[in-house]
Amino acid sequence: MAVHLPETLRARIHHLLAEAYPNEGGGFLLGRVEDGGVAVLDIRPVQNVFAKEEQHHRYAMTPADWARLEDEADARGLGLVGYFHSHPDSPAVPSEYDRVHALPNFVYIIASVVAARAAETRAWRLAETRERFDEQPLVVI
Amino acid sequence: MASIKLPTPLRPYAGNSAEIEVQGATVGEALASLVGQHPDLRAHLFDGEDLRSFVNVFVGEEDIRFLQDLDTPIQAGSRLRIIPAIAGGRPI
Repeated sequence: MAVHLPETLRARIHHLLAEAYPNEGGGFLLGRVEDGGVAVLDIRPVQNVFAKEEQHHRYAMTPADWARLEDEADARGLGLVGYFHSHPDSPAVPSEYDRVHALPNFVYIIASVVAARAAETRAWRLAETRERFDEQPLVVI
Repeated sequence: MASIKLPTPLRPYAGNSAEIEVQGATVGEALASLVGQHPDLRAHLFDGEDLRSFVNVFVGEEDIRFLQDLDTPIQAGSRLRIIPAIAGGRPI
């Protein structure tokens, strides 16, 4: 399932995640699932609320953030289609921690950030069996 | 009758509905009613008989973990909401 991401939004994601470096940063992807693909139409950065000393390798957001942004997406006729986060100084590949906490039908965009610059950016979805992530084509438009 | 609002990623397992009406006098009974109507939700909400660790259930604004968990009583008209705990991180 291809993930279509406008170049402007990719640039914003890279900027936000570079700013969060050396900690992890992240946020939600708002958009639509259509014709077998996912169109990302907006992003919303969300504060990392994991314990400060763990933020270099952990990311979490509050249920209140989820509720607020899901309500916004619903009101706009969009959906929460995924979330993005960074892996500072580490590959853009989901970790076991990511898999255990992952949702189905949700796009995970992970960017590797090295020396405060976003490098590799890849898109993933959890398999229905929850056993693994499958990489999705990330189409920057 | 109470209702449960589903998180966006789980709506495909409930006919793409955002909110489902449920029966029950407790949160546990309401979730059983939900899964009874939409069995494909079970694997993503429960690990055995327990809620998955990243599944938060709210009654109104209150997290059931700070109430009586699955035994939290609800009334007709109660509005429940399932909110996933979003977390991630690179390999340690």
